[in-house]
Amino acid sequence: MIASLLSLKDLRVTFRTMNGQVSAVRGVDLDVAPGEMVGVVGESGSGKSVTFLGIMGLLPNSAIISGSATVDGIELVGAENKTMRKVRGKKIAMIFQDPLSALNPVYRVGDQIVEMIQSHQHLSKSAASARAVELLDIVGIPQPKQRSRQYPHEFSGGMRQRVMIAMAISNDPDVLIADEPTTALDVTVQAQILEVIQRIQKEMNKAVVMITHDLGVIARVADRVQVMYAGRVVERAGVDELFSHPTHPYSEGLLNSLPRVGQSRLQPIPGRPPNMLRPPDGCAFSARCEYALDVCRTGMPELRRVGPSMTACIRAAELTLGVKA
Amino acid sequence: MGGCVLLRFIVRRLLWVGPTIVFVTFLVYIAIRIGFNPEASYMRANPRATEAKVQQYKDVNGLYEGAWGYVRGYFRWLWQFVQGPDAWPRSIKGRAEVWPPLRYSIFNTLRLAGIASMIGIPVGLGIGILAARKPGSWFDSIANTTAFFAGAVPPFVSGVVLQLVFAVQLGWLPVGGVYSPGHQGFDLVLMIKHLILPVSVVIIQTVAGYSRYMRASLLDVKSSDFVRTARAKGLSERTVLFRHGVRNAMIPIVTVLALDIGALIGGLIITEKIFNYPGMGVFFINASGKGDFPQLMPYMVIIVTSILLFNLLADVTYAFLDPRIRLD
Amino acid sequence: MTDDTAPAVDTVEALDAREALNVKGLSPFQMARKRYFHHKGAAVSTVVMAILLFIVVFAPLTARYGVNQQVLDISEGKNQYLSPRSIAWMGTDQIGRDLFSRLIWGVRTSLFIGVSSAILSVIIGTAVGAIAGLRGGWFDDIMMRVTDLFLAFPFIVIIIIMRAFLGAVPWITGIIGDVSSIRFIIALFAIFGWMGVARLVRGQVLALKEREFIEAARAVGASNTRIVLSHLLPNSIGPILIALTLSVIGAIVGESTLSFFGLGPQPGADAVSLGQLVELSAEGAKQGNWWMVVFPCGALVLLAICINFIGDGMRDAVDAKMDIGG
Repeated sequence: MIASLLSLKDLRVTFRTMNGQVSAVRGVDLDVAPGEMVGVVGESGSGKSVTFLGIMGLLPNSAIISGSATVDGIELVGAENKTMRKVRGKKIAMIFQDPLSALNPVYRVGDQIVEMIQSHQHLSKSAASARAVELLDIVGIPQPKQRSRQYPHEFSGGMRQRVMIAMAISNDPDVLIADEPTTALDVTVQAQILEVIQRIQKEMNKAVVMITHDLGVIARVADRVQVMYAGRVVERAGVDELFSHPTHPYSEGLLNSLPRVGQSRLQPIPGRPPNMLRPPDGCAFSARCEYALDVCRTGMPELRRVGPSMTACIRAAELTLGVKA
Repeated sequence: MGGCVLLRFIVRRLLWVGPTIVFVTFLVYIAIRIGFNPEASYMRANPRATEAKVQQYKDVNGLYEGAWGYVRGYFRWLWQFVQGPDAWPRSIKGRAEVWPPLRYSIFNTLRLAGIASMIGIPVGLGIGILAARKPGSWFDSIANTTAFFAGAVPPFVSGVVLQLVFAVQLGWLPVGGVYSPGHQGFDLVLMIKHLILPVSVVIIQTVAGYSRYMRASLLDVKSSDFVRTARAKGLSERTVLFRHGVRNAMIPIVTVLALDIGALIGGLIITEKIFNYPGMGVFFINASGKGDFPQLMPYMVIIVTSILLFNLLADVTYAFLDPRIRLD
Repeated sequence: MTDDTAPAVDTVEALDAREALNVKGLSPFQMARKRYFHHKGAAVSTVVMAILLFIVVFAPLTARYGVNQQVLDISEGKNQYLSPRSIAWMGTDQIGRDLFSRLIWGVRTSLFIGVSSAILSVIIGTAVGAIAGLRGGWFDDIMMRVTDLFLAFPFIVIIIIMRAFLGAVPWITGIIGDVSSIRFIIALFAIFGWMGVARLVRGQVLALKEREFIEAARAVGASNTRIVLSHLLPNSIGPILIALTLSVIGAIVGESTLSFFGLGPQPGADAVSLGQLVELSAEGAKQGNWWMVVFPCGALVLLAICINFIGDGMRDAVDAKMDIGG
């Protein structure tokens, strides 16, 4: 097995709020190797974004992060500011969801990329500017030189996201974390952006984490998948394996809820995600699970191997899960 | 390119400023004539004036009656005004010229307000930035609470209290005025001594206001997405704070600042009254108290012009700082 | 946080399980109230204001003497300006009137002025701001230019000029009363106080206008009136309440300021305003009668601080970002 570049072990994130402590992430493991894209799937509130914002140190001060997260051997949890500054933008770069609000509206696009470059490399302003133009070209922005002098609001949504990608790869980071990069975009543009990210992943051999709630995105570009629910990983599988043989009722529910041609009724997963102020004992999905037994509600199920996948369902071995006809 | 659009915008707005000043001062003219009844005020100020004198006053100032009379009167007044201070009608009391005391008042107010602003605004903004840097820290709590109380206490209370304590009880500083009564000539040290109390009152208000404003604006900006992106780029906290945080937080503040400065020329009425400081505020109070029409109108024109010009400056600066604003 | 679009589940076990896992959701109002009282200054101020309100509303019972009642005989120049003592808790003034009682009556009058003009300002300002924000067009343009201009002027200058103007027009004084009356000053502050409120409300309406729930309401065929009344206004309650508190304290301080220049209301023989008492404090200062300064100015400052705190608390209450954070 290729050594993983980014490695999370038992990562936990808790928020202190006025109403009490919210356990947003309750023990997540993850390994990403160079050149592969791992998809992290979950609904809103599953903790998928919080996990990665947490390891990057981008959460508000009310967040308490524990566990371990290493990139290229450097421990991130509890790291000093100095260390984090060397990691952010250089070892790990993030691409955010809404490029309009994620880019500073008062600075030109080229200048923002230059700022990213100059904070990690010793390049003169003109050299950095030239590099910025090159990067815009790499991500497929036409007339890069003129456009680098423009402001974010002068770009369309897809173009803006390309700018963010250009900025993210400007220091040749080992790991790219894309947090719902296509959610704010039109469907047609989504495909283009995914293509850009995948190209970068393969040509530059980067480790990519693709956070999304959209299974379509996963199907398209991911190599492996982690499904998250209520702050924990409930299934870890290869992409093909997940779609053909899901091993967790939640994954099955997700697949079934995708609209299909010929369906007469939609099949959502009944019920709602639990409130993380008082996280349930036992399996968090059991309240909504049609296969749940009493034992599911008592102990916290660990990930176990079932076939080629890892799953948190204790009944996985005996159940045959899959898309219902 | 951007600069050309900006220039066209400025020119276009400047062309509008003239007619706007005329329109607004016309409204002011109406309000003053109706509100202060110049004729009755004149007679009140000169109880032994003959009919002829009163009529002469009315003629010189163009105090015609009726709606059309008001319009005629306004333009007559305007015509005299633009010819310069020598052509201005004289004050109702003692037939003194209007311009010399007005000019004196302007200088005094500019001195007081200018010094207070040049100290107060940067200090206020600085405190706001430091407070927002670490919200919830002891500095933030103290700064915010102090600013809150300083801003909540009405300025005349703080002025009177300061005067009581430092001037009356302790006798460290003079009670008021630019210099002590009867003083001749220019004395920098003495002037400074006289300025300390009034300037302090204004600075308290200014610092309180701007520190809270900057703190709020910066905290708001700090929670926006692009600040998170900036941090994710690996920039130092200071770079994130200033180049991204403060730079964006300043945008709404600069607009308010420009408007504030525009209004300063009207005088700090309360402070000047408490400390007997002969600035534009006191000028206005005296003029309005007497109903002195020849004094009131130039005063109002100066204020209106200043406000409108700084209004324009505020808009221009806003557009300059925020490229999202379309100027057409 | 809870997703109300999830379909209902009918099995008993499912319902049970849902109950066990979900914490009872708090309504937005309850959340706001929680955040409000989390603000200690606001919490304390609310209590203080409540006590104050109780005292002044029941002034006939709580004040020890009438407004112009002489406590002691002041003939032959004695018993003037007495310092605080058991017969007069806050001392007496030049005519031998009890300052404590006059202060209660004064705060009552001034609070009345403040609250009345604030309510009027807010009603006018909300109406204008909502229409301007919703309609846009020339109405919005003109309104914004006018309010901008007025708001840019030094407040006192405008008030003094407008006071003179309104006081000199016979048919206006016929409606709102003579220049020195309380009615007049309430009208004055209402007429020139609505502009700040209008700007606030307009800003809020503009922000809300683009939100999807408004689009949804339109799609269902709601009329403009309905949209304003049932959707926009309830969601603007926050800024409106804040504007209300600021207007109250603005009017109270404004009244005192006008009195300071001798232009304040003279409510006649039956009443006194806080502004009048503050005006008299200047004299008291010069003569060294500290109680004449400390109590009225102290009351004014106390009111200012409390109402400001309440406004601050309301600002916190409507700001949802407060929830995550120590």
